[in-house]
Amino acid sequence: MKSEDIILPDGKILRHDNPERIVHWLIAISFIFLFLSGLAMFSPLFFWLSAIFGGGQFMRLIHPFAGVVLVLLFYPYAWRLRKDNRWSPADAKWMENSVAYMEKRVEFSDTGKYNAGQKLMYWSMVPIIAVLFLTGITMWQPWFAGSFPAPLRRVTSLLHAVSAFVMFIGIGIHWYAAYWTRGSIRAMVRGTVTQRWARYHHPGWFRQITGGKDR
Amino acid sequence: MALDSQDIRQRSATTSENPPNARSFRPEVAKLIDISRCIGCKACQAACMEWNDLREEVGTFQGTYTNPLDLTDQSWTVMKFNETEIDGSFAWLILKDGCMHCTDPGCLKACPAPGAIVQYANGIVDFQQDNCIGCGYCITGCPFDIPRIRKQDGRVYKCTLCSDRVSVGLEPACIKSCPTQALSFGSKAEMKVLAEHRLVDLHERGLSKAAIYDPPGVGGTHVFYVLPHGDRPEAYGLPKDPSIGPVVTFWRSGVARALGVATMFSVLVAGILHYMRYGPLEVPDEDEGKPGKEGQP
Repeated sequence: MKSEDIILPDGKILRHDNPERIVHWLIAISFIFLFLSGLAMFSPLFFWLSAIFGGGQFMRLIHPFAGVVLVLLFYPYAWRLRKDNRWSPADAKWMENSVAYMEKRVEFSDTGKYNAGQKLMYWSMVPIIAVLFLTGITMWQPWFAGSFPAPLRRVTSLLHAVSAFVMFIGIGIHWYAAYWTRGSIRAMVRGTVTQRWARYHHPGWFRQITGGKDR
Repeated sequence: MALDSQDIRQRSATTSENPPNARSFRPEVAKLIDISRCIGCKACQAACMEWNDLREEVGTFQGTYTNPLDLTDQSWTVMKFNETEIDGSFAWLILKDGCMHCTDPGCLKACPAPGAIVQYANGIVDFQQDNCIGCGYCITGCPFDIPRIRKQDGRVYKCTLCSDRVSVGLEPACIKSCPTQALSFGSKAEMKVLAEHRLVDLHERGLSKAAIYDPPGVGGTHVFYVLPHGDRPEAYGLPKDPSIGPVVTFWRSGVARALGVATMFSVLVAGILHYMRYGPLEVPDEDEGKPGKEGQP
């Protein structure tokens, strides 16, 4: 990723390049689609959401295909981000200070491009999306569900619902953290951050880009 | 096809626990299947297709009298010819497979589509295909593996206990066609008395293990059996002690739904409270002495 993390002529740093941002937002759209349609099927309180998908039949039909789209987008994306999400001793230190971080008594560590909280998000999504995909296959009517015995489907169906809510917790924190940390939504929309932002939030990453120098 | 909207005891995926059921003073109906009288003629199977305008695809011989081999969206009842050995000799344990119309239906419990599955006051569990979304949760929730999805229209079908006939005072088509009175239809109370009589007969004939199969785990059923070998329901292909089970019960419970909603709202509330207390995390105007320690603007 290092080659893409460049300082642009206007002095801004490119944090997320075009393919990364496009894929990120496509994943976001499929997640929202999947979560709202899944919620409609999880609880009758939310079945009215099926109307925005053109009715229950169509919503049910399209939900698994949207899941496949999410998986096809997410794993190549995750593969690309893997090096920046390696766990390091600095991350353990960040975790120790995570409460202080949330209370803005900030103690930054040189965790690289992403901080330990972001890495935790990354490493929780990798298995959870796999669980949702595999359990989803066992529930996929009318093509695959029939190949799995009902006692297994009962467990996988429950697991699918539980994982979906765990994923929602993760994504909810992700959304809030993005909103809370000023400049990160811009980073994912326009792609760039200021040098001050980079130095403040990700000092290790900043030094990496500038070659140790402080412009 | 909810003919009587005030005639419903349970309705799937309904936020109100009380569907209209003003006409609940109505006897529960039941179909009694006395296997000891069944000769395996399949008249019931033919009558079911005839009345319901169904046509099974013509299959091929599979080495058994069971044809088709299993229930399908076009075969709502199938005679199963279970081959087994009893006291050292070959025996056919025939089962007229099909929906049991449970008092506590797993399909209805599992269904996420409002009103796609209803239970009438008379105990019949009926699918309303116009509300069905084709998710197949009913198949997962059914302890008897009965409902079948139709690929062509993405809806699930099963025996209706001829709810259309019963609602106008007729008996189900299979009952009408049975030549040996292996099938009887009436109120559940009457059918229980009849089953007890049949049982006495069978015990006198030396079938001491004969028993009634009306599983209490699903609150009893509105299709129930007299089994000549009642100690071995599995040999007929019937589960020994069926129930909805803890997993499906929890998965589709109000508790699970409340937990899910609470999870979502707690994330939302936590975010709002945190923001109110701490405000946004911004890069300070003069960030000297803070992270990175470089301290230059």
